[in-house]
Amino acid sequence: MSNADFPLIEMYRTMLTIRRFEERCNYLFMQGRIPSTLHLYIGQEATATGVCTHLRQDDYVLSTHRPHGHAIAKGVAPRAIMAELFAKSTGCCKAKGGSMHVGDISVGMVPAIAIVGGNIPIAAGIGLGVKRLGTDRVAVSFFGEGAANEGAFHEGMNMAAIWDLPVIYVCENNLYAASTPVSVAFKIENIADRAAAYGMPGVVVDGNDVEAVYEAAGQAIARARRGEGPTLIECKTYRLCGHSRSDPRTYRSKEEEAAWEANDPIPRLAARLKASGLASDETLAAIEEEVRTLIDEAVAFAEESPPPQPTDTLQHVFYAGGEG
Amino acid sequence: MAKMSIAEALRQAIREEMRRDARVVCIGEDIDIPGGFGGAFTVTLGLSEEFGHQRILNTPISETGIAGAAIGAAIAGLRPIADVQYGDFLFCMMDQLANQAAKMTYMSGGAVKVPLVMRAPVGATSRGAQHAQSLEAFFAHIPGLKVVAPSTAYDAKGLLKSAVRDDNPVLVFEHKLLYGSKGPRSEAGALSPIGEVPDEEYLVPIGKGIVRREGRDVTIVGKLLTVYRALAAAEGLAQEGIDAEVIDPRTLVPLDKELILESVRKTGRLVIVEEDNLTGGWAADIAAIVADEAFFWLDAPIKRVSAPDTPAPFAPVMEQFYVPSAERVMEAVRLLF
Repeated sequence: MSNADFPLIEMYRTMLTIRRFEERCNYLFMQGRIPSTLHLYIGQEATATGVCTHLRQDDYVLSTHRPHGHAIAKGVAPRAIMAELFAKSTGCCKAKGGSMHVGDISVGMVPAIAIVGGNIPIAAGIGLGVKRLGTDRVAVSFFGEGAANEGAFHEGMNMAAIWDLPVIYVCENNLYAASTPVSVAFKIENIADRAAAYGMPGVVVDGNDVEAVYEAAGQAIARARRGEGPTLIECKTYRLCGHSRSDPRTYRSKEEEAAWEANDPIPRLAARLKASGLASDETLAAIEEEVRTLIDEAVAFAEESPPPQPTDTLQHVFYAGGEG
Repeated sequence: MAKMSIAEALRQAIREEMRRDARVVCIGEDIDIPGGFGGAFTVTLGLSEEFGHQRILNTPISETGIAGAAIGAAIAGLRPIADVQYGDFLFCMMDQLANQAAKMTYMSGGAVKVPLVMRAPVGATSRGAQHAQSLEAFFAHIPGLKVVAPSTAYDAKGLLKSAVRDDNPVLVFEHKLLYGSKGPRSEAGALSPIGEVPDEEYLVPIGKGIVRREGRDVTIVGKLLTVYRALAAAEGLAQEGIDAEVIDPRTLVPLDKELILESVRKTGRLVIVEEDNLTGGWAADIAAIVADEAFFWLDAPIKRVSAPDTPAPFAPVMEQFYVPSAERVMEAVRLLF
């Protein structure tokens, strides 16, 4: 497949949806309309989008404390995510999860796992499950570079490798684990180099180039579906926002931030679309409008939805529904 | 009826469930190595000959990985039976059990199920402090986990089969001294709770306790090994004219508290016997429930007979001091009259 065949317009729409969703969340949070804390995905949209665009609804995605982008890219309805952030009973987790646990298993989005590295062995387990059940489904585990220093990374990666499990490990290296820079947490340049230690391919890509991510993910997913085992993809990227709600980002230089802002994946893709004649300004403006409407509707849905009852606390400790 | 040990009963349960349901797999260390142990205590011995290496999955020494693999496999639609060689190793996988397995259903608003079984041998057996702990209370404390603790072959088989069929994470605690006193991996000082197990299919429901010995004067609640200590104490007390009732909850979560309350309303006295450490323990919780809900039926203070608040010691003479004995149970009971 040449890049000309990549679904770039579709990916632009997804990336823009994530961006505008996150910006709106931030705005609503500042207004005090969303409780709790938020870990926004602004700046990293090309990673979730480039990977998830390949996935089928019956594939699985596992995420982190920064999951909104993964959830949108995997097909969770923005209104259900927004309602979850508003702590409404119509939220994708019935207000039991919140920002750090958004998910919808009916579209393959496992409730996000907010313990750093915690999803890595579980992704291996899902790979084991779908393989044992005789399907060609895959599991994608997204995690930040900070997770690569957790023990769970080692155990999960090794297990996925020895059993040739259909798992794609996507390390979003945004250069900071909260405020800790990679330079003080790693002796190596590329986290993807660790793949060799487990006997799986390791690939480094520009995580702000959605075409590069799409290409690398496509190969890894195809390999996984063929039963040839896992791949580690390291996407070099950057948070164009703070770690969480109260982060003034004083540990990063203005120059560094400016350089990454100039490398923002969304304008990059827009420029590419226009330069290659795939989209006009009018097309991009229409997508912008479409996304705005989608998010307006999501916010309205969230605001109009009823809150949970206090005693709903007591439900769902154990699984109650469905066939065993 | 067939007579068998708990280890044999557990193996038979796994075999039957694996035959019944192709989604059932075993995941653990040393469970599928030709010439190997069949798990630390032989429970999985020989199963791979029937079910193959794809269903009896031998793992690296990676407890976090084992738990994560079991959780993920369960989410994807399998029904894994995972195990650790010694219960103490559950601490290595604590994030996966406490933060992931236990909370996934809740965090998803009831949409995701995690039907996994985690088997774990507990109990002091002169191996020192890191292969000895009784961890039931740790896990009983975590909402979202079910906890069973069978003390007979009948219950071991029936509860394990129920655990496999349950849609939630179920921890199955097995006592090393109760697996059976014969065979290559038997323990010094092991009891021989060889029990009768029906030939036909049966389940023991999760959440139902049982009266092991009926009595009028005092209720003694024990689990795993301490059920046998309580029964031995009851025989001794009978010589002294005290008629003790012995209750084995079999399931710790959800607890059959009505069985205990009913007994206390009859006897007016309660002693709880556990091998766990005293502070913050399971016995304290049973005592609190009875104090809350049957206080006016009590004729005497509630007594706990637990391990002291120390790590498990190594020397056999110290270990005998550490693990509650029938004599200690009898002493506690005598204080109530």
